[in-house]
Amino acid sequence: MENRPLEYDYTVAKWFMLTTVVLGIVGMLVGVILAWQMAFPAVNLMAGEGLAEYTNFSRLRPLHTDSVIFGFTLSGIWATWYYVGQRVLKVSMAESKFLMVLAKLHFFIYLLVVVAVVGSLLLGISTGKEYADFEWPIDIAVVVVWVIWGMSIFGLIGIRREKSLYISIWYYIATFLGIAMLYLFNNMEIPTYFASGGIGAWYHSVSMYSGTNDALVQWWYGHNAVAFGFTVPIVAMIYYFLPKESGQAVYSYKLSLLAFWGLMFVYLWAGGHHLIYSTVPDWMQTMGSVFSVVLILPSWGSAINMLLTMKGEWQQVASSPLIKFMILASTFYMFSTLEGPIQAIKSVNALAHFTDWIVGHVHDGVLGWVAFMIMAALFHMAPRVYKREIYSKSLMNTQFWIQTLGVVLYFTSMWIAGITQGMMWRAHDEFGNLAYSFIDTVTVLHPYYTIRAVGGTLYLVGMFLFAYNMYKTMTSSRRVEESELQNASPMGA
Amino acid sequence: MDIGTIQAYAYFFFVAFLVVVLYSYIYHLYSSQWKGKRDYEKYGNIALHDEITDQPIEKISKNDDLKVGGINE
Repeated sequence: MENRPLEYDYTVAKWFMLTTVVLGIVGMLVGVILAWQMAFPAVNLMAGEGLAEYTNFSRLRPLHTDSVIFGFTLSGIWATWYYVGQRVLKVSMAESKFLMVLAKLHFFIYLLVVVAVVGSLLLGISTGKEYADFEWPIDIAVVVVWVIWGMSIFGLIGIRREKSLYISIWYYIATFLGIAMLYLFNNMEIPTYFASGGIGAWYHSVSMYSGTNDALVQWWYGHNAVAFGFTVPIVAMIYYFLPKESGQAVYSYKLSLLAFWGLMFVYLWAGGHHLIYSTVPDWMQTMGSVFSVVLILPSWGSAINMLLTMKGEWQQVASSPLIKFMILASTFYMFSTLEGPIQAIKSVNALAHFTDWIVGHVHDGVLGWVAFMIMAALFHMAPRVYKREIYSKSLMNTQFWIQTLGVVLYFTSMWIAGITQGMMWRAHDEFGNLAYSFIDTVTVLHPYYTIRAVGGTLYLVGMFLFAYNMYKTMTSSRRVEESELQNASPMGA
Repeated sequence: MDIGTIQAYAYFFFVAFLVVVLYSYIYHLYSSQWKGKRDYEKYGNIALHDEITDQPIEKISKNDDLKVGGINE
């Protein structure tokens, strides 16, 4: 019997790091294709008339959103969970065979789900509900994956050495509980084949809700998918990785607790802002609007806490590209959590709804905040899980600036496009006749769609640099000693 | 009183109640620190001292000390 020092076990974290990079590239590549299709419709036929069914905008669009949300982001959340979870609870996965088996099962069932999702969406099999496109057999598999993750979270907490749960753990738990509740309720569906006694395809289903109720549940889910997929777990990451990488404890732990409860309470009521001027009750629209504005407070509570964590250490922003990624991420978090509430104000929404400004908002959040933070987390983890320094600091810097330029081009073009669109749609003459037809807006928006496609392409180029840097880190970078891994991550030139 | 008025009153008092809860929580956090009941800020160190060989900021139980530092295979 050999007695060797206990170490954290990053096996499953590494696997999820790999899927984060691969699915990130897939999701963003599809996004870039879509952006070029919007600017130049001929791109819909890029693989010829025969394959147009698989390459047209409507077939690829859910593949883009779902692979970025449920592929890239979820993988990033799980990669960081299997890393951060062990460290702040001070317990190794190697200490429990059961948890290790669960984690591996988590990964492999997730892979099967990914294959099923990509296949079914390409074949056009979909429920038609945005971000809830999967048909019922896949939904059941998703629930299985989710339950396994939950067992893994609470299992690890159950055998921890650190009594207090670090704030990041609170956010991971909230992610688990929030999505579990939302996903179950919004995906309540009736398999039509079985309900009708054998009519239609076996995998087809219809929502259990109808009309306005369906819309309400859908956007309660849709907006909270942003909350519990794009906000809460990413905040979990920054609360761990920024203090750890900078060597500075979080500025105010009390503020982090306050912001947590604020976010938890307020976010769930904000979804109604997607349905302003629709058939849902007026008070619900007002509530959605008001809660969206209140949401600025807990969001900024966390973001300001992060910026203040750098107090006295701002030189690190200049010297470390990793810190740059995280500071830009939290800045974009502040920016998009201010922009969202502005769009949720009824009078602004009258102009902004259905326009490209909304698309711009989503992307400054996801590209600037979510993706920057996930990549920063992976950069921080890489030297610690592979025991090698980050391959190239200059490549990281190059990636940072290319992607920042990409995001800026993306959201500025969409602001201009969106507001132009909104103004043109509502413009009318003294008799109330509309001043423009729809095609007038399409013509005028063309340059902005092209700029957006260029911005997206730049971001994708950055993703390839990221993947290359990670690959070289994994395979051929200089090996590092444990003593080099205390705070700032070691980087090659 | 019609249903709309009742809703409006209910809404106002509910919001007022939540504001009280929020400020009570802030007071609770700070007063616990002043009175020396709990030092919340020390938990920030959990992220910084997170090696498996580091001492926990707050141990879960004394028995667990035995496990730290070695695993039998």
